[in-house]
Amino acid sequence: MLDLPPIVDRRSFMKLMSASIALAGGACTRAPLEPIVPYARQPEGMVQGEPLFFATALTRGGYAHGVLVESNMGRPTKIEGNPAHPASLGSTGPLEQGRILELWDPDRSRVIQHLGQIDSWENLASLIRSRGQRWQADGGEGLRILAGGVSSPTLLAQWRLLLEKYPRARIHHYEPVNRDNVYAGARASFGRPLEPVYHFDRARVIVSLEADFLGGLPGHVRYARDFSRGRRPEARSMNRLYVVECMPSITGAAADHRLARRSSEIHSLALRLAAATTGPVSADALPWVRSAAADLQQHHGASLVLAGDEQPPEVHALAHHLNEVLGNRGATVDFIALPVTTAQSNRDSLAQLVEDMRHGRVDTLLILGGNPLYDSPVDAGFAEALRSASVSIHFGLHHNETSRHCTWHVPAAHELETWSDATAYDGTVTIQQPLIAPLYGGRPVHEMLAALTGDFDSTAHSLVRNYWMGVFGNQQPEERWANCLRSGVVSESTARYENTQAAKAVVGDAGATAAVGTVPDPKEIELAFRPDPTLWDGRYANVAWLQELPKPMTQLTWDNAAFMSDALAQQLQVTNEDVVELEVGNRTLRAPVWVVPHHAEHALTLYLGSGRTAAGPVGTGHGVNAFALRTQNAPWFAGGVKVRKLNERYRLATVQSHHRLEGRPIIRAGTLADYLHDPQFARQESDRRAASLYPDVPRAEYAWGMSIDLASCIGCGACTIACQAENNIPTVGKSEVIAGRELHWIRVDRYEDAAAGAQRTLFQPVPCMQCEHAPCELVCPVEASVHDAEGINVQVYNRCVGTRFCSNNCPYKVRRFNFLSYSKEDAQSAALHNPEVTVRMRGVMEKCNYCLQRVVRGRISADRDDRALRDGEVVTACQAVCPTQAIVFGDLNDPHSEVRAAKGSSRTYTLLGELNTRPRTTYLARVVNPATGRDPSEDGGER
Amino acid sequence: MKVGAIGAVIVVIAAILAWRRSVAPRPAVGAPVDQPVPFSHKHHAGDDGIDCRYCHTSVETSAFAGIPPLSTCMTCHSQLFTDAPLLAPLRASFAGQQTLAWQRVHDLPDFVYFDHSIHIAKGVGCSTCHGAVDTMPLTSRVASLHMQWCLDCHREPERYLRPKSQVFNMKWQAPPDQRVLGKKLRAIYHIHPSSVLTSCSTCHR
Repeated sequence: MLDLPPIVDRRSFMKLMSASIALAGGACTRAPLEPIVPYARQPEGMVQGEPLFFATALTRGGYAHGVLVESNMGRPTKIEGNPAHPASLGSTGPLEQGRILELWDPDRSRVIQHLGQIDSWENLASLIRSRGQRWQADGGEGLRILAGGVSSPTLLAQWRLLLEKYPRARIHHYEPVNRDNVYAGARASFGRPLEPVYHFDRARVIVSLEADFLGGLPGHVRYARDFSRGRRPEARSMNRLYVVECMPSITGAAADHRLARRSSEIHSLALRLAAATTGPVSADALPWVRSAAADLQQHHGASLVLAGDEQPPEVHALAHHLNEVLGNRGATVDFIALPVTTAQSNRDSLAQLVEDMRHGRVDTLLILGGNPLYDSPVDAGFAEALRSASVSIHFGLHHNETSRHCTWHVPAAHELETWSDATAYDGTVTIQQPLIAPLYGGRPVHEMLAALTGDFDSTAHSLVRNYWMGVFGNQQPEERWANCLRSGVVSESTARYENTQAAKAVVGDAGATAAVGTVPDPKEIELAFRPDPTLWDGRYANVAWLQELPKPMTQLTWDNAAFMSDALAQQLQVTNEDVVELEVGNRTLRAPVWVVPHHAEHALTLYLGSGRTAAGPVGTGHGVNAFALRTQNAPWFAGGVKVRKLNERYRLATVQSHHRLEGRPIIRAGTLADYLHDPQFARQESDRRAASLYPDVPRAEYAWGMSIDLASCIGCGACTIACQAENNIPTVGKSEVIAGRELHWIRVDRYEDAAAGAQRTLFQPVPCMQCEHAPCELVCPVEASVHDAEGINVQVYNRCVGTRFCSNNCPYKVRRFNFLSYSKEDAQSAALHNPEVTVRMRGVMEKCNYCLQRVVRGRISADRDDRALRDGEVVTACQAVCPTQAIVFGDLNDPHSEVRAAKGSSRTYTLLGELNTRPRTTYLARVVNPATGRDPSEDGGER
Repeated sequence: MKVGAIGAVIVVIAAILAWRRSVAPRPAVGAPVDQPVPFSHKHHAGDDGIDCRYCHTSVETSAFAGIPPLSTCMTCHSQLFTDAPLLAPLRASFAGQQTLAWQRVHDLPDFVYFDHSIHIAKGVGCSTCHGAVDTMPLTSRVASLHMQWCLDCHREPERYLRPKSQVFNMKWQAPPDQRVLGKKLRAIYHIHPSSVLTSCSTCHR
């Protein structure tokens, strides 16, 4: 026994303790009085205390995604998909959910700055006026605008006006995650750049050449919906997906046959696939190629070949050719005129601008959004060239890396703060309406551009409205304007499909061309760049929700890393969190290692968007900046990478450290053949409802339940962040995630395991199971964890004393504890919070409650009208956002409810059913559809 | 020894009383609340007979009964008492020169989600909770608003239910056979069983 000297003597201890008790008592003041401030004039259509929903759109790279934004007494609080919008159909991806936090972000810029000092719009306006006189004389010589992808018809009209006025001015485009390859591929095939629009619901066989159509392509939310529609085993037939890719993506995880190859090898593989599809299949072809070619041949007009943005134009041309040969054009793929106005080559457009700046041909540069100083190719020399522009104006949401090197910075209005318009992946136009006046004095982009043409008076509203009044002409323009705002879609604006000539035969003689594709040295290590699944190109780096949302394939938060296969890690003798130095050309970058199963061997992947140096307090300093290695000629993959292990470690924050099922039936999976042979294939002995000593739950009018279809779930994580937005769930930060204290109420577990005969990536969303015999309730000493009459296991925050017994006793580990005061109390957070959900304090347990506030709202509204709730009237946040409608929620007492039907499926199983907890949330077994007659072990080898 | 024990008891009782005081909703029961404009429910609802819903427009459709926009006040007061000094803050606010901040009389804690509309729809009268507001020159609270008080009705709503036609009647008196009437009304209104009404999730989330 240690004999420690007392730190304080007994008397001092008593003094200290009584003083603290007295202080604690004194601090226990009464709640503040809350005044009510009435409206002077109440806005039309508002019912106090009831939310309103406004239809608008959010853009990324110009492509619009239709949304409905919930507004509580004038405060936008939640983003939902717009069921009437073709890109959404009521769902969103994870990134759209984060945009509401971006709106309220207190770190957005608030003042106009000139050379680092606060300045005024008047001063900038007089500068623009004086320059304007010069431009009038010289036709705008020296005026340059740099923008990203733009799809706003009003903005494009303003550009035409600007170029009419100043014909020698130039507009450049640069998006770091651009579609240059897609447009170049279409030009090679059709002679002009066109946008492909896919119809996955009509495709029975899909071959993706590194196209992440479930997580990245414009329209991916709609594509996910269409794709999953073809994957219901109950229809007794499913589509089949072949994917070849370097870095595992959620599309690869959804594949029936996935092949891991370096990005540079995919061209030659595509050539071999084309040869095998159009000619005889050679016997020595890869099983993946053989099988895909055979399937394509059998599905004329019902198959689809598509190439990813990362693949060179030749691969896109090849895909067009194959679709043409297979009769897919007009059936599963159509082409429209580019919905987004951008440079035909973003790379060349930026290079031209840099060239002009270097030669002193630019005196005024306006950067509309974007962050080229951070995200332009490292060898483009943008930063040095920028200095030669005497006036550079950065217009954006944040005072970021670029604005720090511009002479002027003007805060921009957020998309939810301004009138504008935008075009979706299929050409559908939405008129964007503001949800709130600019919070931080941001200026609408239309007004900024109007100022350049000498118009300092027009508002964004008048510019947008006048444009559309001109379009509508005299055909009931007021009604059409109102209809467009209400529905969120400009009627009949969807683009017409272009009548494309047959794609040029890029594969003439199948046998001869097979050798054309150059195969790189098999031992050479290649570095691939991919947009970050949550931060994209870094623009969302200051959105804490998106930083803390686990990236689907790596489960990492708050960082990126050098992703590599296990084989390469062994070869380099590195493990997770070892720091390596990557050398490409003469540039180096240090990055921690993270091993990703199924990654292509001899390749590394870096997500773009991390390593920001001026993103704001949330986003600065997380991860490494992959743009430091990204060059103009190798925007997506670079060969000849040297990797050197450093004697250094870097701690990464992952939310899941074990990815094996260890033989337990946590995720059950089978093939379509299994299902057709025995629909009960997923059933196990433990599923039988065992007798229980606990009394049955009393039945009330409603019995809430949920069913999650693992055959549909693609693991995108939209449910996690939608739940976060709906339920006021705070972020905790990297160090707390490392301590295992993240607070997400619904997590998406990822397993790498043998399923249906092959090693596969399996996803499983896990919210609270709402057990009827809930283990958490038995151990709570203060009855803070109790059941309500309708079967929801509720957490009474005011009773909770934080013993955490419930979490210890929960077999599903879905209970989350507020170890610290995570909820922020600043004005912005208070305004963003869902007023229907309690904000939890430190020391309180919390967890999913089936969006109780939505259940109660629905029930009250039905009771008020003295009727029963209709099926589908109560929709949980995770269910609403899910792009594939994998989550179904409803009343189990209603024999005709969708959730009853889902639970009636032979694929239904309960998680850890042997514990007899009788969860109200159940799963439907995953079903994949690999080609019949193939040895499943081949997939293991291919992956 | 004895003195110590008595002292301890006194300290404990005092602590409990202090705690009760600190958690009791403010302002206290029966205490009139100072308002920027001394608005009299007695004058408006009692003497003038203006219906509750003329001002509290969302009481039947929303959780929040609604605090009238100043334009509602001005429907009359642009004609009546146009230069009364008492109404100066109202006119100034309507002109956008200042904000009018009413003090809450009934302030539930933030973790309680009370819904006016469902109570109105199920035959709970205004005066059941708010008392005879039509006789209050300055409004004050009549109920404790403690959870026990809420549960008192949620356990046995039949003690308080009245016909829907009487919900806004400030003079309504419970008949001697209230329990019989209440039981009948409870069945007609399809009011959930008390197991639902007393579930935590009915009011907390």
